[in-house]
Amino acid sequence: MTTTNRIERHHYDVVVIGAGGAGLRAAIEARLAGKKTAIISKSLFGKAHTVMAEGGAAAAMGNVNSRDNWQVHFRDTMRGGKFLNNFRMAELHAKESPQRIWELETYGALFDRTKDGKISQRNFGGHEYPRLAHVGDRTGLELIRTLQQKIVSLQQEDKAELGSYDARIKVFAETTITELLLDGEKVAGAFGYYRESGEFILFEAPAVVLATGGVGRSYKVTSNSWEYTGDGHALALRSGATLINMEFLQFHPTGMVWPPSVKGILVTESVRGDGGVLKNSDGKRFMFDYVPDVFRKQYAETEEEADRWYTDPDNNRRPPELLPRDEVARAINSEVKAGRGTPAGGVYLDIASRRSAEEIRRRLPSMYHQFKELADVDITKEPMEVGPTCHYVMGGVEVDPDSGAAYGSVRGLFAAGEVSGGMHGSNRLGGNSLSDLLVFGKRAGGHAASYADQLTARPKVAIGAVEAAVETALAPLQRDTGESPYQLQQDLQAVMGDLVGIIRREGELADALGRLAELRERVAKVSAVGGRRYNPGWHLALDLRNMLVVSECTAKAALERQESRGGHTREDFPTMDPKWRRVNLVCSLDGDAVRLTHKPLPKMRAELIGLFDRAELAKYLTDEELADFDALVADADAEEAGN
Amino acid sequence: MGTKRHFRVWRGDDSGGDLQDYQVEVNEGEVVLDIIHRLQATDAPDLACRWNCKAGKCGSCSMEINGMPKLGCMTRMSTFEENETVTVTPLRTFPVIRDLVTDVSFNYEKARETPAFAPPAGVAPGDYRMQQVDVERSQEFRKCIECFLCQNTCHVIRDHDENKHAFAGPRYFIRAAELDMHPLDARTDRREYAQAEQGLGFCNITKCCTEVCPEHIKITDNGIIPMKERVVDRRYDPLVWLGNKIFRRGQVPQTFVTSAKHGDAVHSHGAQGGVHSHAGDSHDPAAEAQAQAGVNWHREVPKPTAPAVDDNGKLPLTELTFDRAAAPSPFGDDVTFPLPPEHLNFAHPEQDKH
Repeated sequence: MTTTNRIERHHYDVVVIGAGGAGLRAAIEARLAGKKTAIISKSLFGKAHTVMAEGGAAAAMGNVNSRDNWQVHFRDTMRGGKFLNNFRMAELHAKESPQRIWELETYGALFDRTKDGKISQRNFGGHEYPRLAHVGDRTGLELIRTLQQKIVSLQQEDKAELGSYDARIKVFAETTITELLLDGEKVAGAFGYYRESGEFILFEAPAVVLATGGVGRSYKVTSNSWEYTGDGHALALRSGATLINMEFLQFHPTGMVWPPSVKGILVTESVRGDGGVLKNSDGKRFMFDYVPDVFRKQYAETEEEADRWYTDPDNNRRPPELLPRDEVARAINSEVKAGRGTPAGGVYLDIASRRSAEEIRRRLPSMYHQFKELADVDITKEPMEVGPTCHYVMGGVEVDPDSGAAYGSVRGLFAAGEVSGGMHGSNRLGGNSLSDLLVFGKRAGGHAASYADQLTARPKVAIGAVEAAVETALAPLQRDTGESPYQLQQDLQAVMGDLVGIIRREGELADALGRLAELRERVAKVSAVGGRRYNPGWHLALDLRNMLVVSECTAKAALERQESRGGHTREDFPTMDPKWRRVNLVCSLDGDAVRLTHKPLPKMRAELIGLFDRAELAKYLTDEELADFDALVADADAEEAGN
Repeated sequence: MGTKRHFRVWRGDDSGGDLQDYQVEVNEGEVVLDIIHRLQATDAPDLACRWNCKAGKCGSCSMEINGMPKLGCMTRMSTFEENETVTVTPLRTFPVIRDLVTDVSFNYEKARETPAFAPPAGVAPGDYRMQQVDVERSQEFRKCIECFLCQNTCHVIRDHDENKHAFAGPRYFIRAAELDMHPLDARTDRREYAQAEQGLGFCNITKCCTEVCPEHIKITDNGIIPMKERVVDRRYDPLVWLGNKIFRRGQVPQTFVTSAKHGDAVHSHGAQGGVHSHAGDSHDPAAEAQAQAGVNWHREVPKPTAPAVDDNGKLPLTELTFDRAAAPSPFGDDVTFPLPPEHLNFAHPEQDKH
């Protein structure tokens, strides 16, 4: 009791965990709905991983090619995700992205422009038309800064009206949430600590929005920041929510592999969109050998045709370097394994020999500066050494597509952005994540606010739960016999990188599960030296248990899914299986153990499935589903004939 | 492959601390932040340091490396000599929380005080029309990653806590400039606001902020100076112009431009005030030799140079005889920035108590 009495307590209507694009957009929405809103940021305000997004935000505004519309965007998204997407999320995303982008301009965002003064849009892998609103190659920074400044502007309004900047929306910077607290099945609050002081903090709130991003820190080579430890995934599991699609991780095909100062850092896809090509150590442009049948119609077969596409995209097919990310990642992996890789284990990405130095500097300014300064590599003079790097997790909290409310037993929990699952299916298209953040951030924030409104009584935080949370949080500091958290993280990264990486095999996955079980024992005994003030060793020790449980979900689901699709490649099951397309693998927590169940995918509405060719659907659907589709088309034809 | 290198890292908190020595492995192609991470994984698990993207995009790992404000992730180890000691200290302008982590809340307070973008009335979302050439000016400032190195290096607040309440700093001058140049911002008083509320007048254009900016934003030339222009316009006076014509620089009586004594008028810290650190690069062989030998933290560094005063101890502030329309640099007009590295030092306030 004495420990819990001294804990700082706050009362809010909506607590948003995570201050990236999704979290900030959710918080703005909750505040606009009049709710007292807290934003919990693991880092300083405005440093979230969203700043790393380079390419742009996909939205079918049709500014560059007027043939673009939400239906085309929807089709591209479903294709990219290999039809495993939650169709309703893909539909909402395609329909609402343009409004969300335009809205940013009213917050002060300055996107690059077309000649007639509209928002410019660029080509990107998997998108049929130029669709990505962008600001050079720092679109993520623009997005986070714009949302950050919008929050400041709301705070200024509150200051004018109520006398305090923090009256209705407050940012808790450098604060980590370690537990969600429940009252029965209802969310009652969140418990965590200030990183700076190590002091605990308790939020009492009926609605919590998770927007914590991804899980990449469990991998050796990753583009993700230290924050990406799967906190939201783990918090959701522990509070009774479910995760889906956890076997699908996106390995970005072109991360730098050399030198070490930039290892894992992404080379944006726009390098390929603007003319960069992939070559193996023999100097061969190898992507032409890796165009899968499902894409053969849309991609060039010769270098000549591919090169014409850059200037005349209407009359030529696109270069195979612009295939979806998973295809490119797999191709690079195959080349390296066949012994045609670079010394550091990647392939060459060459733009230097294809565009003038001046043009490269103008079109890819931050790429150029980044590598010049970080690694002393001049991309206008020499090719880059690139390889797949863990980039994004498609899987996440299973949510109601319209509201972002978590499924499972818990009430009052919402999720948006990378931490939620379903939207991207088995593979995310580049540019779809920034618009995902905005569309579903807004929805989750709005629905969290209305959930809080309709509650008749506020759920109560149980003292016992807070005491338990305090004990768990302090445990690593009180042990001095356990292992170092850094060692444990390294071992976890080795298991995930080596055994649950880009190409997976049954034996290795089973082995990984064994090793994760061992790691679980060791993590339970981790000890951190030093005190509570800004102690990164202690912070990592607490993050480890989240990383571990999420890694178990990924390994279990990867072992279960006996096919290759999008971000999940099984060497022993190298093709897509239409039967598996109908299945989502759902993870939940049974005590401490991860439980995996099969759940059928929701069936696409008639007007949506009607947007596709039968020939295309035949690559994805079972015979039974195709028969349904044919019946649907026949009905529609009959109806038309009847009119 | 790796070699052992000598690092000195400031460890401590708001109650004090000191530089600690570490021998740490360094591999080819690594940056200072890689080495800090290696220290955390080996000798110093609780070494506090902010970082996020490790790609120069988030501006979290700001620190002072051999006295220079820099991003840890963008300082390549290959820029140091093999036997050179690398000294890493926290940003000096902000209060230390622990080790390399400082309390940068000052910046967030100033951000909240800067009026936000004012959307144009009557323009619906989706109807905004702007030309690329017009947005580019503001886009330069929106490249800012908020690493706060410019805020840290700005001498108006670096050694003058007392100026902090009245001075927003370079980061927020370019925020005001960005909004001033925004094609559709509905407010028209951004410059006046910067002058009246942000303390733009404190800035005497030494360009230190531009020098340390990892995004290479021309903070002074493209942001601050255009903001000052209107103010200068207003202060323009034909008599000053005449004075400048009569006494061109070089013809002004020598007593006014040289200084025989160092005043303590500006730097009133007295006994331990001999600390004056600025960012800057030097290719002076003597300086490099000294840096290689390690920095002697108890060395005598020159006292800051106060502006030249006359025999009565007064500034030569008669605009007719002075060669410019504004006040002289508080550091003396003969001081050029960046200062040479041998004039740089880091001293914790508690240093002399031991």
